[in-house]
Parts: sequence; structure tokens; C-alpha cells
Amino acid sequence: MSQSSALAEATSASEGAARRLIVNDLTIQVATVNGSGSQSSNLVLLRSLFRMGIPVGGKNLFPSNIAGLPTWFTIRANHSGWVARKRRVDFLVALNPQTAARDVRSLEPGSAVVYEAGMRLERQRDDLVFYPVPFQGLAGEVTREVRLRKLLANMIYVGVLGELLEIDPDAIDAAIDAQFRRKKAAAELNRRAVRIGARYVRDALEKRDPYAVAPMDRNHGKILIDGNAAAALGAMFGGASVATWYPITPSSSLVEQLEKFLRRYRKDEDGRATFAVVQAEDELAAVGMALSAGWAGARAMTATSGPGISLMSEFVGLGYYAEIPAVIWNIQRVGPSTGLPTRTAQGDILATYNLSHGDTRHVCLLPASTAECFEFGWRAFDFAERLQTPVFVLSDLDLGMNIWATDPFEYPDQPMDRGKVLSKEDLERLGSFQRYADVDGDGIPWRTLPGTDHPRAAYFARGSGHDESAEYTESEEAYVRVMERLDRKFETARSLVPPPVVDAADPPSGIGIIAFGSSDPAVEEARVQLRDQAGIEVDYLRLRALPLAPAVRDFIAARRFVVVLDQNRDAQLLQLLRAEFGDRLPPGVLRSLRHFNGLPVDARTIADFVAAMEMGTAGSAS
Amino acid sequence: MNRLGLSARDYRGKPSTLCKGCGHDAISAQLIRAFYESDIEPHRVAKLSGIGCSSKTPAYFLGQSHGFNSVHGRMPSVATGTMLANRELVAVGVSGDGDTASIGIGQFVHLVRRNVPVIYIVENNGVYGLTKGQFSATADENAKLRTGEVNRLPNIDLCGMAVELGATYVGRSFAGDPKQLVALLRGALAHNGIAVLDILSPCVTFNNHAGSTKSYTWGKDNEEPIHLLDFVPEYEQIEVEYEEGTTRDVQLHDGSWIRLSKLDADYDPTNRRAARALMLDAHEKNRFVTGLIYVDPSKPTFIDTLEMTDTPLAWLDESRLRPPREALDEVIASYR
Repeated sequence: MSQSSALAEATSASEGAARRLIVNDLTIQVATVNGSGSQSSNLVLLRSLFRMGIPVGGKNLFPSNIAGLPTWFTIRANHSGWVARKRRVDFLVALNPQTAARDVRSLEPGSAVVYEAGMRLERQRDDLVFYPVPFQGLAGEVTREVRLRKLLANMIYVGVLGELLEIDPDAIDAAIDAQFRRKKAAAELNRRAVRIGARYVRDALEKRDPYAVAPMDRNHGKILIDGNAAAALGAMFGGASVATWYPITPSSSLVEQLEKFLRRYRKDEDGRATFAVVQAEDELAAVGMALSAGWAGARAMTATSGPGISLMSEFVGLGYYAEIPAVIWNIQRVGPSTGLPTRTAQGDILATYNLSHGDTRHVCLLPASTAECFEFGWRAFDFAERLQTPVFVLSDLDLGMNIWATDPFEYPDQPMDRGKVLSKEDLERLGSFQRYADVDGDGIPWRTLPGTDHPRAAYFARGSGHDESAEYTESEEAYVRVMERLDRKFETARSLVPPPVVDAADPPSGIGIIAFGSSDPAVEEARVQLRDQAGIEVDYLRLRALPLAPAVRDFIAARRFVVVLDQNRDAQLLQLLRAEFGDRLPPGVLRSLRHFNGLPVDARTIADFVAAMEMGTAGSAS
Repeated sequence: MNRLGLSARDYRGKPSTLCKGCGHDAISAQLIRAFYESDIEPHRVAKLSGIGCSSKTPAYFLGQSHGFNSVHGRMPSVATGTMLANRELVAVGVSGDGDTASIGIGQFVHLVRRNVPVIYIVENNGVYGLTKGQFSATADENAKLRTGEVNRLPNIDLCGMAVELGATYVGRSFAGDPKQLVALLRGALAHNGIAVLDILSPCVTFNNHAGSTKSYTWGKDNEEPIHLLDFVPEYEQIEVEYEEGTTRDVQLHDGSWIRLSKLDADYDPTNRRAARALMLDAHEKNRFVTGLIYVDPSKPTFIDTLEMTDTPLAWLDESRLRPPREALDEVIASYR
């Protein structure tokens, strides 16, 4: 998409049509039809670049559909490690006749297009580099089986790109082995397709674009993984014992992968499970099972997305008021309603924080990377059991379903915190207990588990008004006492949850940015663009949890202006900051940058906004 | 004293706050008796409920058992999650006709389908009590409210539905028939799987008038027991049949027996087709047929199919919940 901005104009030399070799800095976009089997080819391409040691990330932009609609897979390779979405596509592989014309129109001058020769895309523009390839014809050379030709045409473009971009053939070989694992015949057929694609380039095409890749050593020890797999792994090492769920994009793969891991690593020697995974009839049942399992002492969790969060609302209020631990992953997608089920957003932060009727507030963890998906995956259970309350983890489609390079995850460095649970022996010593009494002054009461063999262990959990002994009451004093204690408990949570990460210059810059979750890579890239290209230093506070830490207010108060980045229309994080700190903030200090088109935010959008703010030109949100 | 050395008092709960004469209190009394007579340790019991008059009652029995009064119509999921976390518990869920047949029908269906080991009691009075007397979905067609309003919709027959859905223990009873009720409850306690008991439990305030088909009088006048029920615990010698062909004995999961004494016609509660035929006939003719309608003591429960370890998941400690560091290394290597 072409753009013009103060910053872009000032720095156009670094992007655009300069005819010099650009090494290890490009975005490849493969436009296909979903259900056509291109995913393996895309993953081979991604893994090949990864194996060459080049920082790389993959994003799948897919329709809510099984077969026949357009899909785009984007691979960004960048020597500096930037893998956030980039608006500019440098290398287009146009295989979808439905979208080819639009895809080509949206390219910036100097970009390259690989395409099925029959589509004659070269007639459209004269400022691009065109590489027509007779894919169907070449596929006929790979195999006589008509059924396989379409699939193998996909692998031919891996060979074409490999030759044009100088991808290491050994890396492609290894990536094919990893992709097809034990299917030796399939691997061989795909290798042949790659060779035929590469040979065609050598025989018939002349390299005219400036892009190339070269080996680096930036991926030593790293792995490629999606956020949902990381979350699932974290949950397993957090001791998840009951996981109940209802399928919904983009969260389904979290519990599916969790079940796979649990089956492998959480069975006794006799083959019996130390876990239960249950696909429920709907999200109401999923969260009902999770909460009651938490009440009964399991490490219980569920995972869902926006519509499921809405359905869970009533039960979550019960969990808050009856003080029951459970972990709820919300892999956010675009709302409202069904919205865009396969696009990303951060549109649930307000709704999740305050989910359910009456006065309710919930602990929300905000992972920004696959490493944090893993870490918060296990820590969430500790917070839930320590605080005896539902704990949310807000990921999103971009983080959860896309593929990210990461250092290996760190094994939990703390033993499990099972919270305040009284055993039979404790009760024998104490004589009795009050379920909802604040005996420690931190707002967190003690609980017992069903099945505890003591006549005084039992209590009656309820969502109706109750006093310290869990007895039903409509007493206004008892109601207020319990609600105020819940408020004190929330203050305890404030000091317990992961603090924000602040990266500030010394002395601090007058400009700050506050963001959370999957916005992080784009923010970090934007800060470097602003520093290198416009001399603007921007300090950064990344929220990792709600409730907000007091440090957030200090960060804001110490700066001339602070850009609050929201991947939603209504500036939900900004609203939260205003509600929390309100009149204790200098007027006009907060500036809202909203990005909500369903695509992950990109660095340029952020950099342009900050630059415009700093130069005093009125900026508007994308 | 029962065989645990506990008295009936150890099975009581808080004083009831329901209307004097409420059918639900009569059912609570039989629950106390059944748990006492069956020697169930109170701490092993989890009492679950949704919302409504019926759902309040778990506070009024088994005060030494954990209880969870949850949200409207969602007791089935709460019972399921509780049993997932601790398979050793005895789950008793109390619901009403609104809680089950309207807002909670979906969860009821899936609980039955899964055969989760839960005693599911429907205290059925055909009206919403707490909201002051609206018809529920089990109200009979043409039944009249005190206001004169007539119900024009057919009722939902929960026992017929339960049999259809594959329930493994289905009974219908009457709060005014304590002898039958306690035998059905003790049989449910001996059963391993879902036990659905649909119990006519008159609402003395909103649905006990002439013209009601859920009143004490209507129940007494219309109850049609299909057999006389006796519960014989496994430790008691089952008596030899005294007159050939007059009784039928069904052995339950824990080794105890239900002895069915024949009344008019011989009825085999292990025959699912017969159970469906009986329920269909009763529904069409609005017959108040009571007794053990269907039982299948052999079908695996949901807990069995999950192949969980014997130790309740809730009691597992870190050594069994958190795989070792080597497991993480192995997973990471598989992503290389």
C-alpha cells in the first residue's frame, strides 16, 4: 500500500526502488487459495530461511472458510530481527487468479512478482520486476499424477524463490525433511519439485530484483513455534490437570496442542492420565466445568475467544464472588459479535477486565511473545490459586496462531504455589475455619477442598450474598464487608502480577509509548526507526498484567506526552488508564493511537504517529 | 447410629427457609435418610445446584458436606467439573423443573449423554417459585394456575428424555411417597453413572390448588407405582423369593440389590425399549407412573472413559503434575 508521511519521505532511501543489493531484509507474500495445500511450501520456505540463521517470522492471513477463498502467507526476514508485520511486500508469489490483479496493484515500485505465466500480470504495470513461471507445466514434469500436480506446483515456487533469492539448497533440503518427517516418498517428490523450480529460473529467467539472502548466525539455539503451542506447553508445566473447552478460532489449537503434550508427558507408568481434557457442549459448560474443577482442587483451565468470553460472563462473576481459581485464555479475534474470526485484535481488554455484571474486576495477564505465553501459561495457575479467582491470559490471533522464532523456554524457576488450602491436619489444629474471613490482612481467605476428611471442613460456596462463614445473608453490612475485602484482595493482586517492563533512556525521554501484547515487536521496531531516521528517542512501557501497577502512572507523569497503542477502535487501554489514574494525570498527556483493521499493527504506523505528534502536526489513528 | 458410627443428626443441614409443607423439604428429609442408611461419609459428598427454590435445598441437608450453589441451569457442568477434579466424591445435584427443563436443558442433555456419575434430582413442581408462580416447561398441557391461566404447551418429560439419551438409572417418584423415594435414592447411591430422579414435589404456595396436576392431592390420587421397591445393601443377605415370579432383583454396581415386587404387570427396568414404551404411554395419557424406570448397571461412566489415574486429580502434587526439565528439553528439540 503506498503511503506518504513526514518520516517516510525523510527516509525513502532505505526503502523503495533503489537498485542495490538488499540482503536479508525482505517480505515475501504468497497469495493462494485456502485448501490448496500451500501451507507445507510456506513452512518449508520459512524454515529454510530460519536454518540459514536469518531472523524470520511467518503470518498466515486466512479466511473463515475451509476451501476456495483467498489466503496470504507472509514471511518477513530481517537481519536486525524485526518480524512484526511490514506494510510493504517485496516479493509477491501470485498464485490466486481471484486476487492477483489487486495483489499486484498494491505493490510498491521495485517489488518482484512470481506468478503463473498464463495470468499475464506483466501487462499491468511497468515499475515491477516480473517473473512468469509455467507452474502447471512444470508440475507435469514432477509427476504424472494429476491429483498431485496442484500440490507440487506449490513446492515449485519454493525452488523458484530459492534460486532467485539464493536460499541455501541444504537448508531447503533440511526443511523438507522436517516438514515431511517420516514420509520419505513425499519428501523426495517435493525435493524434485524444488529442483525443477530452481532449474527453470536458471534456464529461463534473468535476476532483476535487488533482494537476496545470505547466511547469518542469529538463530543459534532458537526454535520456531506458535503462541498457542507455547501457551499449551506452559500450561502443562504449570500442572494443568483439568482443561475443558469448546472449539473456537483462534483458540482451538491451544487446547488441541495441550492434549497432545499431556498425552505424551502426563501419563503414569500404567498409562493412566494425570489430567482430563473435555470438549464441552458450549463455552458456558466449558467454564462451568473449569471453575468447579478449580473449586474441587484441580489446576483447571479453559481457552476461548471473544464470543466464548461473552458466554462465560455469568460464570466468571460467580468465580469472582465465590472466589474460585481457574485460568481462562482469551485468544482475541476481531469483534464485535462474530466479527472477523480469522483476524487479530486487542478488542477484549476492557470487557475481560470487567467481565460479568455487578462490581467485578479480574486479573489479566498480557503476554507479548511466545516465551511469555509459556511463562504466563504456568504462572497463571499460581496466581489463580494464590488469589482464589479466575485469572485471564489475553493473547490474540497474531501471537497465538502465527509462527515466531524464540529462544528455548525457561523451565519454571519456582515451585507451584497452591495457595491457602487447609488440610485435615490444619483443621484438627485450628478446630474450625471461616471460608471468607481475612485472617492474614491480604484480603485472601483460606479454603478447604471437597473430600477433606474433617467434620468442619465443609462450606457452602454460592453466588448469592454470603458472610465470612459462607452463610447466605442479605445483610447490607456483610455484603459491604465482603465486597471491600474483595477489593483488598485485588490490591494484593496488583503487587503480585508481573510488573510492566520499562525501557527508558537516561535521562528519560519526554516521549513515551504504552502498549501490550503482540504490539511489542512493532513498537520496538518503530522506536529504532524513530531513533535512526528522525533522531526521536521514545521510552517504552510494556504492560504485562492488569490491575495496573503504580509505576504506570509514574511513567506517564514524567513525560511530555505518552502514546497509548490500542489494537481496537475504542482506545480501550487508554480508557483503562484514564479510569484508573483519572485526575492524577497531567491533562492532554495521553495520545491515543488506534489500529483496528484486523491486521497486526506495523512499525511504520507507530513511527509515523509519534513523529507527527512530535512535529506538532495533527496525527490521526490508522 | 449407622455402620460408620454416625447418627442421623450428622447428616442434617441448616434449617430450611422454604415454605412450610414444601415438597422439597420432604425430599431433603429422604436424602438425609438415604445417605445415613447407606453409610456414606459426609465429607465424601459434594452437593451441587443451580438456581431456584430446589437449588437452595443443598444447604438443608448434609451440613458436613461441601456444597456449591452455582448459576441458573448450570449444575450439570459444575457436577462434571467437580467429578473431573475428584473422582472419589459422591456428587448429588439438586435442580428444579425450570433449572433443568428450560434454562438448563442443554447441560442436562449433555450430562446424561456423558453418563457422568451424578445423582441428578429434579424437584419438579411445574412452576417457578422464587419468581412467584409462572409455568415451567414441565407443567402439563391444560394445567391451571391459581390465577386461572391455562398452560397451552405440552410438557417436557424428563424421564422419557433421560432414557432416550442413554441415562443409566432413571426413576420417577413423589415427595409424598417417602418409602419409594428412599429406596430409589439408595439405589442411586449404589449406582455408578448418571442417576436421574424426577420427583413430583408440590409447591404449596403456587401450584397446590384444585386444577393443578402437580399438587399433593393430584399426586396421591394419580400415582401409579410400577412395582414396590426395596433396597438391599450388599452386606445383607438377599432373601429367597417367597412366591415364584412375584419379584425381580437387579444387582447394582456396588453389589447391592434393588428388589422389585410385581404389582399389576411385570416390568423389566433393564429393558430400554420397554422403558421408552412406558414413558411414551405415560406422557400421552398423562399417567403419573413412578418407580425405577430404567437401569443399566454395566455401562462405563465418563470418568472411566477418561482413563484417569486412581488418585483424584485434585490431590496430585507437583511431582506428578509438573514434568521434569528433560521433558521440556525434549519438546524444544522437537521444534528444531
